Amino acid sequence: MKVTFPHMGNIYVLVKTLFDTLGAEYAIPPKGSKKTLEIGTKCSPEMACIPLKINIGNFVEAIRMGADTVVITGGCGPCRFGYYAEMHRQMLKEMGYNVDIITLEIDDTGIKGLVEKLKKLFPGKSVVEIARAMLKGFGAMKEMDKLDEICYKIRPREIEKGATDRIMKKFEEDILKVKGEKEIMRLIKDTRKAIEKLPVDKNFKPLRIGIVGEIYTLIEPLTNLNIEKTLGNMGVEVARSLTISKWISRHILQAGIKFKPRPFEKSAFPYIRTMIGGHAQETVGHTVIYSKEGFDGVVQIYPLTCMPEVVAGSILPTVSKDYDIPVLTLVVDEITGEAGYITRIDAFVDMLSRRKERREHKNELVLSGD
Amino acid sequence: MKIGIPRAFLYYEYFPLWKTFFEELGAEVVVSDPTTKEILDEGVKTTANDACLPLKIFHGHVVSLVGKVDYIFIPRLKSVAGGEYICPKFCGLPDMARYSVADLPPVIDTEVNVRKKSKNLRKAFLDAGKYLTKDKKKIMAAADKALFENAIYLSMLEEGLLPQEAMDGKLCKRRKKDGLTVAVMGHMYNVYDPYVNMNLFEKLEKNGIDIVTVEQVRRETRDGYASRLAKKVFWTFARNIIGATCHFAEEENVDGVIYIMSFGCGIDSFVADICERTLRQKTKTPFLLLVIDEHTGQNGVDTRIEAFLDMLNRRKNYESNLSPHGEHICAGKDAV
Repeated sequence: MKVTFPHMGNIYVLVKTLFDTLGAEYAIPPKGSKKTLEIGTKCSPEMACIPLKINIGNFVEAIRMGADTVVITGGCGPCRFGYYAEMHRQMLKEMGYNVDIITLEIDDTGIKGLVEKLKKLFPGKSVVEIARAMLKGFGAMKEMDKLDEICYKIRPREIEKGATDRIMKKFEEDILKVKGEKEIMRLIKDTRKAIEKLPVDKNFKPLRIGIVGEIYTLIEPLTNLNIEKTLGNMGVEVARSLTISKWISRHILQAGIKFKPRPFEKSAFPYIRTMIGGHAQETVGHTVIYSKEGFDGVVQIYPLTCMPEVVAGSILPTVSKDYDIPVLTLVVDEITGEAGYITRIDAFVDMLSRRKERREHKNELVLSGD
Repeated sequence: MKIGIPRAFLYYEYFPLWKTFFEELGAEVVVSDPTTKEILDEGVKTTANDACLPLKIFHGHVVSLVGKVDYIFIPRLKSVAGGEYICPKFCGLPDMARYSVADLPPVIDTEVNVRKKSKNLRKAFLDAGKYLTKDKKKIMAAADKALFENAIYLSMLEEGLLPQEAMDGKLCKRRKKDGLTVAVMGHMYNVYDPYVNMNLFEKLEKNGIDIVTVEQVRRETRDGYASRLAKKVFWTFARNIIGATCHFAEEENVDGVIYIMSFGCGIDSFVADICERTLRQKTKTPFLLLVIDEHTGQNGVDTRIEAFLDMLNRRKNYESNLSPHGEHICAGKDAV
């Protein structure tokens, strides 16, 4: 049995740690590319959201590398993601690939069903062993997210432009070569140290932009137009409202445990009163939080036809007005032209820096140029 | 007191319930006018640009009620059946309306969420009723009557009446004709709004076609078929549609299927695909998918429908089984 899984940003670090620890055989699909998208678009329903299409592309590419089992997480609504696995099953069958799909979710069969699926995925391992390996994976993911966060801070301030990107590129190549939790952790920590050592301009005060939206498009570089890198290299410090480790601790480790409303729920409350699936509440809540923290702007990214984000998108203009924070909305799909979006991001950043400049001069109109 | 109800979205499923409930408690219920170009235009102006057509129409109806009523009833529907959900847009509906429609009268935004506890329905009624009276007994009596009225309404739909006919109090069942039977499928708010479907029903009836809709398939039949799927469909209305499709596929009692889907509908993007796949796998029933949005031109749609009907007629009545490229296209039992 050779297992594969869909890409979503750096989630492969988690899965790699998990599978290495348990000694399972797996295939990491090649990093998402135009080709992945092409395969995925060919057989998916036209109006489906883009993550579904990229997932299928990942699977097909991994199957060509010899994978015979696909593992994906699931859910029970109201977002479409919960029905992905069933769509994937039908689509792969229609394309003539005979693969097993294992959906990790808690459905009508409850915890028992989930345990059975895990046992099928890792034959001969006890639940305790699997749980321990998962915690190790989660640990690696947390480190990985920290590494990303440091990159966001260093990139706009680095003196030698492109230094961070160079280290990260090497890291992405190296991580596929190392094996086992210890080596993965060491590599992440070494990379972090290398980045922290980079010479930076300490007096530079960059613009700060918060990125909100739907989790997949936000995290996957194929859909988010590498926004963290693009903005970072424009001299902007970014913050991302959602990370994989935050998602895991919120939805899996703390599932069902809730003592008081989370900060983003509190700030979103006047606008969206309840959880409506997807990340609409997070999007609105974090926009408010970013504004309070003194960020200069917010970028919202979501896939075309995403239901929860359309709700958030209709409310954001009001939030933007109430809290006086500019919001740029980017809707992505498989025909998104990168150049057009980069121009829009560029213009947005220009507008923000002019706005900041004006504020520093107490709202007096100043001519640019100096 | 006047309570406004927009003639959009779940109006077609729940209007008798809402109307009876509020009228029993002594309010006057005002429904917005049937959808027109002006209503749609207002809606387009007030919504996010990539929202779906029914959402835009809904906002248009809300705008048209502004100034005419004391309250607008926009319930926050999260789940209308145990263990199931509906489209997330319904959950955020009152929030969206509040932040995009100017001068909106106070909104009655009762939350309905019976996913885990069916008791929550009682809470929802009490919550909606508190705007009119403090008497809990009176509210619950009105709720009982309202639920009863709605059950009657839904059973009338099962008998073959269209929503408007059922609401107008028509009683006779539509005659079954000997001609073709075409299933018109999709979400209620797309299928039954004559502006959205561009008078599809009238057009089909003029051609002597007998129309079947999702709501005309008995609830138990729909549920039965839907529960056979490998993974439970967790959207209530999608479940109905898929159940009905499986029924048509299994019984082969329709000559063609027309699916009306609004552009950008998250649920239909999957459901229409599943329906098409189910029909293709099991039968040779022709399937026409009409994707509509605010730019859809009537003529283009008319042409497609005419061509579809021509094709159905040919298949049923005469012609050999030859397709233009030489493959048997209808070797089914209907072929002559």
